[in-house]
Amino acid sequence: MAAQDKNNKDIFEYLLRLADDRLIIGHRLSEWCGHGPIVEEDIALANIALDCIGQATNLLKLAGEVEGEGRGEDDLAYFREAIDFRNLIMAELPKGDFAFTIARQFLYSAYSYLLLPKLAESKYEPLAAQAAKGLKENQYHLRHSSEWILRLGDGTQESHQRVQTALDDLWMYTGEMFEHDDLEQQLVKEGITVKSVELKPEWKKMVSDIISQATLKLPASDIYMMSGGRRGRHSEHLGHLLSEMQILARSFPDAKW
Amino acid sequence: MEEKALDTQWPLWEVFVQHKTGQPHEHAGSVHAPDEEIALQNARDVYSRRGEAVSIWVVPANLITASSPSDSGPFFDPSNDKIYRHPQFYKVPRGVKNL
Repeated sequence: MAAQDKNNKDIFEYLLRLADDRLIIGHRLSEWCGHGPIVEEDIALANIALDCIGQATNLLKLAGEVEGEGRGEDDLAYFREAIDFRNLIMAELPKGDFAFTIARQFLYSAYSYLLLPKLAESKYEPLAAQAAKGLKENQYHLRHSSEWILRLGDGTQESHQRVQTALDDLWMYTGEMFEHDDLEQQLVKEGITVKSVELKPEWKKMVSDIISQATLKLPASDIYMMSGGRRGRHSEHLGHLLSEMQILARSFPDAKW
Repeated sequence: MEEKALDTQWPLWEVFVQHKTGQPHEHAGSVHAPDEEIALQNARDVYSRRGEAVSIWVVPANLITASSPSDSGPFFDPSNDKIYRHPQFYKVPRGVKNL
């Protein structure tokens, strides 16, 4: 029984990582709604935001069931504090300019593109099912952001400069995607997930292919890498994001619309 | 944040959506996009986001040659005067099968 409890706690924790990445990056994308550079792109970003938030909803629902304390997806999304969130710090950084949003989406989508097919083979079937469901959406997210990296990088001097700056600024947050810790090790042993560090060589190849095609420079890989999101140690930006995201649910608990 | 109004629009693309395999592509509307790949993506987001499509065509709007409204008289009317152009003009002989 105790072993089962420990196992459920591990799975809960891991599901929060997956869900919070998508919830937070989805929220950042949703901030473009009504502010896109052109109406078609406004719709595209809102679509991707909805995909991410939808995936997060399903994962949080599952997490709540695993936890078994009666918390649903809304409780987990709206009534946790920043310190309880397990997302990558990269996801919570302010949306910046269009180049920054696209660069973040590109780096993250490439990672997710490699991770989801592995999770679709997870021995934990509810997770496998969720991962399989997200695959196609994610392929589109990667296609959308890759095409924009190519056009911004190989576009005007200004667009080139902006997307290069964005990649340089984001690079120190990419290490977190491939961190290996005790939790991951335990779940790898149980066949529930894979070592994310093993995805890194292919991720780097995918990312650097597009970056060089876009006439951009791959940032140096030996720089200092940020860490902490998976343990609830976030940047100051997450609190501000949550205050906006959670205010309605906290002001009017159980509000329906 | 400096936000300048766009002084140039991207080129316009006409979008044709096929709802089922075997059916014709039907005109759905138009999108702006810098090139054909982005035009396809935009068309997908604007016209098939709820899975209404199995295939999409995008065509640069300036490559479409259209009849002009002022032509509509000389262009389309004559066929109505000539009843022999309509199938109802012809009586089908009784013995004809497989028509």
